[in-house]
Amino acid sequence: MLFIASIISLLGALFLFLGSMGVLRMPDVYNRMQAGTKATTLGTMMTLLGIGLANTAWLPKILLLILFVLFTNPISSSALARAAHFSGIKLTDRSIRDNLADDKVEEQDA
Amino acid sequence: MRRVKALILSYLILTGLWLVLSEVTRNEFIIGSLVSATISLIFSSRLAILENVKLNPKALFCSIKFIFVFLRELFKSAIDVAIRVLSPSLPINPGIVKVRTKLHSKLGRIVLANSITLTPGTMTVEAKGEYLYIHWIDIKSDDIESATVAIVSTFEKHLEVMYG
Repeated sequence: MLFIASIISLLGALFLFLGSMGVLRMPDVYNRMQAGTKATTLGTMMTLLGIGLANTAWLPKILLLILFVLFTNPISSSALARAAHFSGIKLTDRSIRDNLADDKVEEQDA
Repeated sequence: MRRVKALILSYLILTGLWLVLSEVTRNEFIIGSLVSATISLIFSSRLAILENVKLNPKALFCSIKFIFVFLRELFKSAIDVAIRVLSPSLPINPGIVKVRTKLHSKLGRIVLANSITLTPGTMTVEAKGEYLYIHWIDIKSDDIESATVAIVSTFEKHLEVMYG
């Protein structure tokens, strides 16, 4: 049991590491946010789950923690991305299009 | 009647939280449920969003199915990020696209936006009425309809049953 728990925790740590690497490698705020949200959510969940499996008395509380991470992580990243866009941070030059900026310009013209 | 539903739901959620967090003894349970009931009563007018939860067997079944669909997508997205980060050429093709959702309830839209944030390559930036603006790391389609099919439809068909 302890072995499986360790493997799960280790996999979670690997995802956390890849997420932080994504934050370093991606070109702009939005892409960084993507890497920093998805990989870290799964990483945190798996790390916590590993701890819960290793020490089964903690499992209910660990599950509760996972639930809270799952609810709050996407909300905070959405709020940050929205704030970044509204304060005028540009997308990277590799971007193809930006419907939100287009719509904002239309609203100002109208 | 609808407010009563939100009240009962919030009471059940709070009591459940208390049961998980505390040692289960009789006195603690009584105090906990009293405090939960008080909180639910005080904030019942702001909990209107819970009214959207549908309580029928089909919706419950769909909720369980939705959890598994969601976990599968979460795994796929983490692996997708890992592959993108690890490949030397950094294969991204980003941009913000606009999609349209069929969901009418507020709660359904919130859950949809958050689910989209945790699925492969997409992140909700702004929600305006029935339109969602989504940052997509690898744009594959150009118009609203095909983007909607690609991003939203996986979750929408479950959420429609759950929240309407």
